[in-house]
Amino acid sequence: MKFGVVVFPGSNCDQDAINLFGNVLGQKVVPLWHKDHDLQGCDFIVLPGGFSYGDYLRSGAIARFSPIMKEVIDFANKGGYLMGICNGFQVLGEAGLVPGALLHNDNRKFICKNVYLKTQTQNSLITAQVDLDKALKIPIAHGEGKYYADADTLKMVNDNDQVLFRYCDENGNITAESNPNGSLENIAGVCNKNRNVFGMMPHPERASDSILANQDGLALFESILQAVL
Amino acid sequence: MKFIAEIDVMPLKEILDPQGKAVTGSMKNLGLSEIHNVRIGKHITLEIDAETEAAAKEKVDLACQKLLANLIMEQYHFTLHQA
Repeated sequence: MKFGVVVFPGSNCDQDAINLFGNVLGQKVVPLWHKDHDLQGCDFIVLPGGFSYGDYLRSGAIARFSPIMKEVIDFANKGGYLMGICNGFQVLGEAGLVPGALLHNDNRKFICKNVYLKTQTQNSLITAQVDLDKALKIPIAHGEGKYYADADTLKMVNDNDQVLFRYCDENGNITAESNPNGSLENIAGVCNKNRNVFGMMPHPERASDSILANQDGLALFESILQAVL
Repeated sequence: MKFIAEIDVMPLKEILDPQGKAVTGSMKNLGLSEIHNVRIGKHITLEIDAETEAAAKEKVDLACQKLLANLIMEQYHFTLHQA
């Protein structure tokens, strides 16, 4: 399986993702420069975290119109697997590839810390092997991560089983106190209706390498490999 | 002809504006407790080459809908005048 990690100007988690797929998982992985139009035959595309275009206008708003995004959007619309992490999730929202948008955190702060996530469904490529009872410890690092959607969209997202992760406490309880940024219904990650596009604010790629002493994120990527290989 | 658009992009009414809320709080510290409900958006100006005002309006609408505002969280309003 070949992974591609898009590099926008201002991406800063692209190398974390490349290290994960190449060195930790032993898969083929290539960086994809945002000005190119060639996805190089990749089977799974990642939009990484960072501050693409300095977060000007709105986070992800300008990256969404980067040249390579035309091919990325076509790829996703044809069923190709696409994952957006943090800033990548914001880009997916701006492109309309996943429902909803990411607003400024309720407390106006940039929050950089470990949080806990409860996986909500195994009906997706990245969660198929993830233990639904486990509270995954995964870091967040964002200023604009409050998941928002209007009431109709929120209902649709819930009814279609599109919520992948919710913020929880270390015992797995989904509570107001464990919601770091004011996300509606503690939503930390969603997928699209066709279940081939995944967006999440937390960084599982920063919790997958043994050297980091926390590999709770690895379950997501092992799900991908087990399903596909 | 050249037109100038003056665009305001504001967070939707039903959305919490934490920046505006923080500024509202500081009004009290200034001794201006009569001031409530500060909301903060963006003011954008741009120039458009177009044959008619209607054509210019259409271009600005497109720019707002595609890039300048995210209609999930924001609304926009603009005025146009000839440069």
